[in-house]
Amino acid sequence: MTTCQPNDEPQPAADLGAAASNTASAGAGSPLLAVHHLSAVFANETGGLYALADLSFEIYPQQFVCVLGPSGSGKSTLLRLLAGLLKPTQGDVCYEGEVIDQRLAAARRNVGFVFQKANLMPWRTVSENILLPLELQKVPRDLAQSKVAELIQLVGLRGFEKARPRELSGGMAQRVAIARALAHDPDLLLLDEPFGSLDALTRERMGAELLRIWQARQKTVVMVTHSIAEALFLADRVLVLTSRPGRLRLDLTVDLPRPRHEDMRYTPQFGGLARQIRSAIERIE
Amino acid sequence: MLKQRFFFLLISLGLALAVWWAVREFGYLPRFMLPSPLDVWQRFWTAFRDGSLLRHSLVTLSEVLAGLAAGASAAMLLGYSLAKSPALEKVLTPYIIASQSIPVVAIAPLLVIWFGPGWVSKVMICSLIVFFPVLINTVVGMRSAPAELRELMRSLQASRWQTFWLLEAPAGLPVFLGGLRIGATLSVIGAVVGEFVGADSGLGYLVNAARGIYDIPLVFVAVMVLILMAMALYGFVAWVESVAVKH
Repeated sequence: MTTCQPNDEPQPAADLGAAASNTASAGAGSPLLAVHHLSAVFANETGGLYALADLSFEIYPQQFVCVLGPSGSGKSTLLRLLAGLLKPTQGDVCYEGEVIDQRLAAARRNVGFVFQKANLMPWRTVSENILLPLELQKVPRDLAQSKVAELIQLVGLRGFEKARPRELSGGMAQRVAIARALAHDPDLLLLDEPFGSLDALTRERMGAELLRIWQARQKTVVMVTHSIAEALFLADRVLVLTSRPGRLRLDLTVDLPRPRHEDMRYTPQFGGLARQIRSAIERIE
Repeated sequence: MLKQRFFFLLISLGLALAVWWAVREFGYLPRFMLPSPLDVWQRFWTAFRDGSLLRHSLVTLSEVLAGLAAGASAAMLLGYSLAKSPALEKVLTPYIIASQSIPVVAIAPLLVIWFGPGWVSKVMICSLIVFFPVLINTVVGMRSAPAELRELMRSLQASRWQTFWLLEAPAGLPVFLGGLRIGATLSVIGAVVGEFVGADSGLGYLVNAARGIYDIPLVFVAVMVLILMAMALYGFVAWVESVAVKH
């Protein structure tokens, strides 16, 4: 098991450009996740290459980080690397100061992953799907059941406990997926465009809900999204990746006050941040 | 609903009997070669009354079930290994496919020589014939779990056993049961082939013996019991499927 090197080796500032200067808000203490010179080249199922090149950044406990970038910039790949589902071609990912490898994976990581698709088990009911992580961790049945009931309440699916995934709408299925990711109370939530399939209103509601959960449960969140507004509404920090191979283009601290509400979208501060992100993405394209 | 199904069953039976009767009346076969439905019924009744039909049926049924159990278990074990190990699959696939090009009829006599004319050789033949469809469907079924659900299981640190039990088995169950359904009917054929080669009891033996003494009605009786047996097995697996597969 390798211990992680701290990221404080002298980094050539040019490497990250504007990005490096903006990581100020990184909280005190040691990072939950640290990524060092991460490069990855993978063939995905459809034969395309998904790649990341020389990414370095740190994520601190209880940060809410959104990752933006043009499609094909390897955002999903990055999340899978952070989850330890993929092995980097070069560099490494550290979780609480230790390099993620297969052995560490089992013992220490406590991750909830939400996929682009709801990714539910069609033979299980809504309750049983949410129960899965607890079942895998052999949580006693009574405790698990009450936990599931609580989560169903949280994502607003009361009355659908016994429904099977095929009976759910896309939005409902995605809410089940979010509840499932929260079931085992993970420290780190990795969300891959979790609201992509939802209509605008549900999307806003789910975003607010996610914020509430994040604040109440003290979790660290890394979320891939396509929506600048959503990123600004939710995140402490926004990372923008370039297109293939994905490099870090912008690491922006979002210093909008919390709690945030919808009205904030119309303030000049919000507009300024949005413009900064937009221009970073447009420069890429 | 049930009433309607019963009605269609009656119609289909009536049609079959009518065709049978017509062929007998207007066909070119001498009457003793093609018995009437009534002759067959009478022969069935006497064979049933003296207990011989039941005895032969039970022998065949036990061969069929034992062969099905043995063949399907072996196929499941190997299927799981093949699905998990592409290397093993590459090494073994040529042999598995080659084994399928050998007609069971051709090796049945060998098996009877090697394992004797009794029960064991028949079970061997049944399990051989059951093996392939169950194997293929086990491999396909094991692989039918979506990649993203596998990732989910990995992200939740599921053990190999948990992944099998909670993901691969339920995801693959429909495909696997499809293979078992085919295997169940094939197993009946396997038993008959074995009994044709050499046996002193069983429905296949009965067909052979009855044919030898031109007891054509008895041939019909034995064949029909075989059909019923295969259909019952098929129906049983289909019922298990309807109970176990919930999506």
